[in-house]
Amino acid sequence: MCGATEGGLSLDGIDVKKEAIVQGQVLRDGEPVPNAYVRLLDRTGEFTAEVPTSATGHFRFFAGDGEWTLRTLAPKADPVDQAVHAAVGTVAEVVVAI
Amino acid sequence: MSRENSLVTAQWVEEHLDDPKVVLIEVDEDTSAYDKGHIKGAIKLDWTTDLQDQVRRDFVNKEQFEALLSERGVANDDTVVLYGGNNNWFAAYAYWYFKLYGHEDLKLLDGGRKKWELDSRELTNELPTRDKTSYTATEQDASIRAFRDEVVAAIGTQNLVDVRSPDEYAGRLLAPAHLPQEQAQRAGHIPTAASVPWSKAANDDGTFKSDDELRQIYSDAGVDWDKDTIAYCRIGERSSHTWFVLKELLGQQNVKNYDGSWTEYGSLVGVPVALGDEPGQP
Repeated sequence: MCGATEGGLSLDGIDVKKEAIVQGQVLRDGEPVPNAYVRLLDRTGEFTAEVPTSATGHFRFFAGDGEWTLRTLAPKADPVDQAVHAAVGTVAEVVVAI
Repeated sequence: MSRENSLVTAQWVEEHLDDPKVVLIEVDEDTSAYDKGHIKGAIKLDWTTDLQDQVRRDFVNKEQFEALLSERGVANDDTVVLYGGNNNWFAAYAYWYFKLYGHEDLKLLDGGRKKWELDSRELTNELPTRDKTSYTATEQDASIRAFRDEVVAAIGTQNLVDVRSPDEYAGRLLAPAHLPQEQAQRAGHIPTAASVPWSKAANDDGTFKSDDELRQIYSDAGVDWDKDTIAYCRIGERSSHTWFVLKELLGQQNVKNYDGSWTEYGSLVGVPVALGDEPGQP
Protein backbone atom coordinates (compact mmCIF):
# COMPACT_ATOMS: atom_id res chain seq x y z
CA MET A 1 0.00 0.00 0.00
CA CYS A 2 2.62 2.57 -0.94
CA GLY A 3 1.17 4.20 -4.03
CA ALA A 4 -1.90 6.42 -3.80
CA THR A 5 -3.94 4.32 -6.17
CA GLU A 6 -2.52 0.83 -5.72
CA GLY A 7 -5.40 -1.60 -5.57
CA GLY A 8 -7.63 1.22 -4.46
CA LEU A 9 -9.73 3.98 -5.93
CA SER A 10 -8.56 5.98 -8.94
CA LEU A 11 -7.17 9.45 -8.31
CA ASP A 12 -7.53 10.41 -11.97
CA GLY A 13 -8.44 14.06 -12.39
CA ILE A 14 -7.80 14.94 -8.75
CA ASP A 15 -5.05 17.40 -7.89
CA VAL A 16 -3.43 15.43 -5.10
CA LYS A 17 -1.14 18.34 -4.15
CA LYS A 18 -4.17 20.33 -2.96
CA GLU A 19 -5.87 17.54 -1.02
CA ALA A 20 -5.32 15.96 2.40
CA ILE A 21 -6.25 12.43 1.45
CA VAL A 22 -7.16 9.72 3.94
CA GLN A 23 -7.76 6.36 2.34
CA GLY A 24 -7.41 2.67 2.97
CA GLN A 25 -9.08 -0.69 3.10
CA VAL A 26 -11.37 -2.54 5.50
CA LEU A 27 -10.43 -6.15 6.16
CA ARG A 28 -12.06 -9.02 8.05
CA ASP A 29 -9.64 -11.89 8.71
CA GLY A 30 -7.42 -10.45 5.98
CA GLU A 31 -10.24 -10.38 3.41
CA PRO A 32 -11.64 -7.12 1.93
CA VAL A 33 -15.04 -6.05 3.27
CA PRO A 34 -17.13 -4.54 0.46
CA ASN A 35 -20.23 -3.66 2.50
CA ALA A 36 -18.73 -1.63 5.33
CA TYR A 37 -19.34 2.05 6.08
CA VAL A 38 -16.45 4.29 7.07
CA ARG A 39 -17.18 7.58 8.83
CA LEU A 40 -14.73 10.46 9.18
CA LEU A 41 -15.06 12.27 12.50
CA ASP A 42 -13.35 15.59 13.20
CA ARG A 43 -11.12 16.45 16.17
CA THR A 44 -14.21 17.01 18.35
CA GLY A 45 -15.75 13.69 17.34
CA GLU A 46 -18.32 15.37 15.07
CA PHE A 47 -19.31 13.53 11.92
CA THR A 48 -17.72 14.98 8.79
CA ALA A 49 -18.31 12.40 6.06
CA GLU A 50 -19.12 8.78 5.41
CA VAL A 51 -18.50 6.43 2.49
CA PRO A 52 -19.44 2.83 1.76
CA THR A 53 -16.44 0.66 0.93
CA SER A 54 -15.83 -0.34 -2.67
CA ALA A 55 -16.00 -3.90 -4.00
CA THR A 56 -12.40 -4.28 -2.85
CA GLY A 57 -13.06 -2.82 0.60
CA HIS A 58 -11.45 0.53 -0.20
CA PHE A 59 -12.50 3.99 0.96
CA ARG A 60 -11.20 7.56 0.58
CA PHE A 61 -11.73 10.99 2.13
CA PHE A 62 -10.55 14.47 1.25
CA ALA A 63 -9.92 15.92 4.69
CA GLY A 64 -8.00 18.92 5.95
CA ASP A 65 -4.77 19.24 7.93
CA GLY A 66 -5.02 17.71 11.38
CA GLU A 67 -6.24 14.84 13.49
CA TRP A 68 -9.26 12.77 12.46
CA THR A 69 -10.96 9.57 13.54
CA LEU A 70 -12.21 6.84 11.23
CA ARG A 71 -15.22 4.92 12.55
CA THR A 72 -15.99 1.74 10.65
CA LEU A 73 -19.39 0.02 10.75
CA ALA A 74 -20.00 -3.36 9.15
CA PRO A 75 -22.62 -6.09 9.36
CA LYS A 76 -22.03 -8.47 12.26
CA ALA A 77 -19.13 -6.44 13.67
CA ASP A 78 -18.67 -3.89 16.45
CA PRO A 79 -17.77 -0.36 15.34
CA VAL A 80 -13.99 0.21 15.14
CA ASP A 81 -12.40 3.65 15.79
CA GLN A 82 -8.98 4.53 14.45
CA ALA A 83 -7.07 7.83 14.71
CA VAL A 84 -5.43 9.25 11.60
CA HIS A 85 -3.35 12.32 10.81
CA ALA A 86 -4.03 14.11 7.51
CA ALA A 87 -1.93 16.75 5.76
CA VAL A 88 -2.46 18.60 2.48
CA GLY A 89 -0.30 17.12 -0.27
CA THR A 90 -0.07 13.71 1.34
CA VAL A 91 -2.01 10.46 1.33
CA ALA A 92 -2.59 8.79 4.72
CA GLU A 93 -3.11 5.05 4.20
CA VAL A 94 -5.09 3.18 6.84
CA VAL A 95 -5.93 -0.51 7.12
CA VAL A 96 -8.99 -1.14 9.29
CA ALA A 97 -9.35 -4.64 10.72
CA ILE A 98 -12.84 -5.55 11.93
CA MET B 1 -46.85 15.49 9.60
CA SER B 2 -45.39 13.09 12.10
CA ARG B 3 -42.99 10.21 12.38
CA GLU B 4 -45.84 7.67 11.98
CA ASN B 5 -46.91 8.87 8.55
CA SER B 6 -43.57 9.85 7.05
CA LEU B 7 -41.14 7.15 8.20
CA VAL B 8 -41.17 3.37 7.84
CA THR B 9 -38.84 0.76 9.30
CA ALA B 10 -36.81 -1.82 7.40
CA GLN B 11 -39.13 -4.44 8.88
CA TRP B 12 -42.19 -2.66 7.44
CA VAL B 13 -40.54 -2.53 4.03
CA GLU B 14 -39.72 -6.22 4.17
CA GLU B 15 -43.37 -6.96 4.95
CA HIS B 16 -44.54 -4.88 1.94
CA LEU B 17 -42.05 -6.09 -0.69
CA ASP B 18 -44.84 -7.72 -2.72
CA ASP B 19 -47.43 -4.98 -2.27
CA PRO B 20 -48.08 -3.57 -5.79
CA LYS B 21 -49.21 -0.19 -4.40
CA VAL B 22 -45.95 0.32 -2.52
CA VAL B 23 -43.20 1.61 -4.81
CA LEU B 24 -39.68 1.46 -3.45
CA ILE B 25 -37.36 4.02 -5.04
CA GLU B 26 -33.61 4.12 -4.45
CA VAL B 27 -31.88 7.48 -4.84
CA ASP B 28 -28.16 7.63 -4.14
CA GLU B 29 -25.38 10.16 -4.32
CA ASP B 30 -23.36 7.37 -5.91
CA THR B 31 -25.76 6.78 -8.79
CA SER B 32 -24.24 3.36 -9.50
CA ALA B 33 -25.08 1.96 -6.03
CA TYR B 34 -28.43 0.60 -7.21
CA ASP B 35 -26.73 -1.34 -9.98
CA LYS B 36 -24.60 -3.20 -7.41
CA GLY B 37 -27.72 -4.51 -5.67
CA HIS B 38 -30.94 -2.99 -4.36
CA ILE B 39 -34.01 -3.90 -2.34
CA LYS B 40 -36.25 -6.32 -4.21
CA GLY B 41 -38.72 -4.50 -6.45
CA ALA B 42 -37.08 -1.09 -6.04
CA ILE B 43 -36.73 1.21 -9.02
CA LYS B 44 -33.95 3.78 -9.36
CA LEU B 45 -33.98 7.52 -9.83
CA ASP B 46 -30.74 9.20 -10.82
CA TRP B 47 -30.63 12.59 -9.09
CA THR B 48 -28.12 13.97 -11.61
CA THR B 49 -30.05 13.08 -14.77
CA ASP B 50 -33.66 12.31 -13.82
CA LEU B 51 -34.20 15.16 -11.36
CA GLN B 52 -32.09 18.01 -12.79
CA ASP B 53 -32.61 20.15 -15.85
CA GLN B 54 -29.68 19.28 -18.10
CA VAL B 55 -29.07 22.87 -19.28
CA ARG B 56 -30.02 25.33 -16.53
CA ARG B 57 -29.29 24.84 -12.83
CA ASP B 58 -32.81 23.92 -11.79
CA PHE B 59 -35.14 20.97 -11.38
CA VAL B 60 -37.02 19.28 -14.18
CA ASN B 61 -40.32 21.05 -14.78
CA LYS B 62 -43.78 19.72 -13.95
CA GLU B 63 -44.30 18.11 -17.37
CA GLN B 64 -40.89 16.43 -17.26
CA PHE B 65 -41.55 15.13 -13.75
CA GLU B 66 -44.91 13.76 -14.86
CA ALA B 67 -43.29 12.07 -17.85
CA LEU B 68 -40.55 10.61 -15.64
CA LEU B 69 -42.89 9.06 -13.07
CA SER B 70 -45.31 7.86 -15.75
CA GLU B 71 -42.50 6.15 -17.60
CA ARG B 72 -41.16 4.51 -14.41
CA GLY B 73 -44.60 3.25 -13.45
CA VAL B 74 -45.38 5.39 -10.40
CA ALA B 75 -49.07 6.24 -9.92
CA ASN B 76 -50.52 9.19 -8.02
CA ASP B 77 -52.10 6.92 -5.41
CA ASP B 78 -49.01 4.75 -4.86
CA THR B 79 -47.24 4.73 -1.53
CA VAL B 80 -43.74 5.86 -2.48
CA VAL B 81 -40.98 4.70 -0.13
CA LEU B 82 -37.65 6.39 -0.72
CA TYR B 83 -34.32 5.08 0.48
CA GLY B 84 -30.68 5.53 -0.37
CA GLY B 85 -27.10 5.55 0.80
CA ASN B 86 -25.31 8.24 2.75
CA ASN B 87 -27.88 8.13 5.55
CA ASN B 88 -30.67 8.91 3.11
CA TRP B 89 -29.26 12.30 2.02
CA PHE B 90 -30.47 11.96 -1.55
CA ALA B 91 -33.53 9.94 -0.60
CA ALA B 92 -34.57 12.81 1.68
CA TYR B 93 -33.81 15.16 -1.21
CA ALA B 94 -36.10 13.10 -3.46
CA TYR B 95 -38.74 13.03 -0.69
CA TRP B 96 -38.68 16.83 -0.54
CA TYR B 97 -38.69 16.97 -4.35
CA PHE B 98 -41.73 14.65 -4.56
CA LYS B 99 -43.45 16.88 -1.98
CA LEU B 100 -42.59 19.90 -4.10
CA TYR B 101 -44.57 18.33 -6.94
CA GLY B 102 -47.41 17.28 -4.67
CA HIS B 103 -47.07 13.51 -4.22
CA GLU B 104 -49.22 12.68 -1.22
CA ASP B 105 -48.31 9.26 0.13
CA LEU B 106 -44.59 9.47 0.79
CA LYS B 107 -42.35 7.63 3.24
CA LEU B 108 -38.66 7.49 3.98
CA LEU B 109 -37.08 4.18 4.98
CA ASP B 110 -35.52 4.89 8.39
CA GLY B 111 -31.76 4.36 8.11
CA GLY B 112 -31.90 3.88 4.36
CA ARG B 113 -29.65 1.54 2.53
CA LYS B 114 -27.03 1.52 5.26
CA LYS B 115 -29.39 0.23 7.95
CA TRP B 116 -30.71 -2.36 5.47
CA GLU B 117 -27.16 -3.55 4.77
CA LEU B 118 -26.01 -3.47 8.39
CA ASP B 119 -29.05 -5.62 9.24
CA SER B 120 -27.76 -8.10 6.60
CA ARG B 121 -31.08 -7.86 4.74
CA GLU B 122 -31.28 -9.08 1.18
CA LEU B 123 -30.29 -7.06 -1.89
CA THR B 124 -30.93 -8.22 -5.44
CA ASN B 125 -29.71 -7.43 -8.95
CA GLU B 126 -33.08 -8.26 -10.49
CA LEU B 127 -34.68 -5.34 -12.30
CA PRO B 128 -38.41 -4.89 -11.65
CA THR B 129 -40.89 -4.17 -14.41
CA ARG B 130 -43.71 -1.73 -13.75
CA ASP B 131 -46.51 -0.81 -16.13
CA LYS B 132 -46.50 2.76 -17.35
CA THR B 133 -48.88 5.16 -15.63
CA SER B 134 -50.32 8.58 -16.33
CA TYR B 135 -48.89 10.60 -13.48
CA THR B 136 -50.15 14.10 -12.71
CA ALA B 137 -48.02 16.48 -10.65
CA THR B 138 -49.07 19.76 -9.03
CA GLU B 139 -47.31 23.07 -9.54
CA GLN B 140 -44.24 23.38 -7.29
CA ASP B 141 -45.13 24.06 -3.67
CA ALA B 142 -43.38 27.38 -3.09
CA SER B 143 -43.86 27.06 0.67
CA ILE B 144 -41.04 24.51 1.01
CA ARG B 145 -38.42 25.84 -1.43
CA ALA B 146 -36.27 28.91 -0.68
CA PHE B 147 -34.51 31.05 -3.26
CA ARG B 148 -31.50 33.29 -2.76
CA ASP B 149 -33.30 36.61 -2.24
CA GLU B 150 -35.39 35.31 0.62
CA VAL B 151 -32.30 33.71 2.14
CA VAL B 152 -30.52 37.06 2.16
CA ALA B 153 -33.68 38.66 3.62
CA ALA B 154 -33.77 35.97 6.33
CA ILE B 155 -30.39 36.98 7.78
CA GLY B 156 -30.98 38.06 11.35
CA THR B 157 -34.76 37.62 11.11
CA GLN B 158 -35.54 33.92 10.49
CA ASN B 159 -33.88 30.71 11.58
CA LEU B 160 -31.13 29.85 9.13
CA VAL B 161 -29.83 26.36 9.77
CA ASP B 162 -26.52 25.39 8.22
CA VAL B 163 -26.42 21.60 8.25
CA ARG B 164 -22.94 21.09 6.81
CA SER B 165 -20.05 19.77 8.88
CA PRO B 166 -18.46 22.20 11.38
CA ASP B 167 -15.38 22.56 9.16
CA GLU B 168 -17.49 23.56 6.16
CA TYR B 169 -19.47 25.99 8.32
CA ALA B 170 -16.31 27.65 9.60
CA GLY B 171 -14.80 27.85 6.14
CA ARG B 172 -12.03 25.31 6.72
CA LEU B 173 -13.49 22.95 4.08
CA LEU B 174 -15.51 23.81 0.95
CA ALA B 175 -17.20 20.46 0.40
CA PRO B 176 -18.01 17.27 2.31
CA ALA B 177 -14.80 15.41 3.02
CA HIS B 178 -15.55 12.49 0.71
CA LEU B 179 -15.47 14.85 -2.27
CA PRO B 180 -12.60 16.83 -3.79
CA GLN B 181 -12.52 20.33 -2.32
CA GLU B 182 -14.03 22.61 -4.95
CA GLN B 183 -17.26 24.43 -5.88
CA ALA B 184 -18.18 27.78 -4.29
CA GLN B 185 -15.98 30.82 -4.78
CA ARG B 186 -15.86 31.61 -1.08
CA ALA B 187 -15.86 29.49 2.08
CA GLY B 188 -17.84 30.19 5.24
CA HIS B 189 -21.52 30.49 6.14
CA ILE B 190 -24.51 32.83 5.94
CA PRO B 191 -24.27 35.28 8.86
CA THR B 192 -26.53 34.40 11.82
CA ALA B 193 -27.01 30.81 10.61
CA ALA B 194 -26.94 28.21 13.38
CA SER B 195 -24.59 25.29 12.83
CA VAL B 196 -26.51 22.06 13.26
CA PRO B 197 -24.78 19.35 11.21
CA TRP B 198 -27.41 17.05 9.69
CA SER B 199 -25.59 14.14 11.33
CA LYS B 200 -26.68 15.28 14.78
CA ALA B 201 -30.18 14.15 13.81
CA ALA B 202 -29.10 10.62 12.97
CA ASN B 203 -27.73 7.64 14.85
CA ASP B 204 -24.59 5.91 13.55
CA ASP B 205 -26.75 3.38 11.67
CA GLY B 206 -28.51 6.20 9.83
CA THR B 207 -31.86 5.99 11.67
CA PHE B 208 -33.32 9.20 13.08
CA LYS B 209 -33.02 10.07 16.75
CA SER B 210 -36.17 10.33 18.87
CA ASP B 211 -38.41 13.40 18.59
CA ASP B 212 -37.38 14.57 22.06
CA GLU B 213 -33.69 14.28 21.26
CA LEU B 214 -34.21 16.08 17.95
CA ARG B 215 -36.13 18.96 19.51
CA GLN B 216 -33.38 19.37 22.10
CA ILE B 217 -30.62 19.47 19.46
CA TYR B 218 -32.21 22.35 17.53
CA SER B 219 -33.23 24.21 20.67
CA ASP B 220 -29.66 23.99 22.00
CA ALA B 221 -28.39 25.41 18.70
CA GLY B 222 -30.63 28.43 19.09
CA VAL B 223 -33.48 27.58 16.72
CA ASP B 224 -36.49 29.70 17.67
CA TRP B 225 -39.57 27.49 17.19
CA ASP B 226 -41.78 30.55 16.74
CA LYS B 227 -39.92 31.67 13.62
CA ASP B 228 -39.84 30.41 10.05
CA THR B 229 -36.83 28.34 9.11
CA ILE B 230 -34.60 27.91 6.08
CA ALA B 231 -32.15 24.99 5.97
CA TYR B 232 -29.18 24.88 3.62
CA CYS B 233 -26.04 22.86 2.95
CA ARG B 234 -23.82 22.73 -0.16
CA ILE B 235 -26.26 21.63 -2.89
CA GLY B 236 -29.47 21.09 -0.94
CA GLU B 237 -29.43 17.36 -0.27
CA ARG B 238 -28.19 17.23 3.32
CA SER B 239 -30.52 20.14 4.12
CA SER B 240 -33.40 18.05 2.74
CA HIS B 241 -32.54 15.59 5.51
CA THR B 242 -32.87 18.40 8.08
CA TRP B 243 -35.99 19.77 6.35
CA PHE B 244 -37.46 16.28 6.76
CA VAL B 245 -36.63 16.29 10.47
CA LEU B 246 -38.06 19.73 11.17
CA LYS B 247 -41.12 19.57 8.95
CA GLU B 248 -42.08 15.91 8.71
CA LEU B 249 -40.89 14.44 12.01
CA LEU B 250 -41.28 17.42 14.34
CA GLY B 251 -44.21 18.99 12.48
CA GLN B 252 -42.71 22.47 12.40
CA GLN B 253 -44.59 24.88 10.10
CA ASN B 254 -42.89 27.05 7.49
CA VAL B 255 -39.65 25.20 6.91
CA LYS B 256 -37.96 25.69 3.56
CA ASN B 257 -35.04 24.00 1.91
CA TYR B 258 -32.62 26.29 0.06
CA ASP B 259 -31.43 24.00 -2.73
CA GLY B 260 -29.12 26.65 -4.18
CA SER B 261 -27.28 26.34 -0.87
CA TRP B 262 -23.61 27.15 -0.44
CA THR B 263 -22.60 26.48 -4.05
CA GLU B 264 -24.90 29.39 -4.96
CA TYR B 265 -24.62 31.62 -1.90
CA GLY B 266 -20.82 31.25 -1.67
CA SER B 267 -20.51 32.46 -5.26
CA LEU B 268 -22.89 35.44 -5.05
CA VAL B 269 -21.43 38.92 -5.48
CA GLY B 270 -22.05 41.38 -2.67
CA VAL B 271 -23.65 39.19 0.01
CA PRO B 272 -22.30 38.99 3.57
CA VAL B 273 -20.30 35.91 4.58
CA ALA B 274 -19.23 34.87 8.08
CA LEU B 275 -16.09 32.87 8.80
CA GLY B 276 -15.27 30.80 11.87
CA ASP B 277 -17.29 28.79 14.33
CA GLU B 278 -19.65 31.58 15.49
CA PRO B 279 -22.88 32.56 13.65
CA GLY B 280 -21.72 36.16 13.25
CA GLN B 281 -23.68 39.43 13.11
CA PRO B 282 -26.41 40.37 10.57
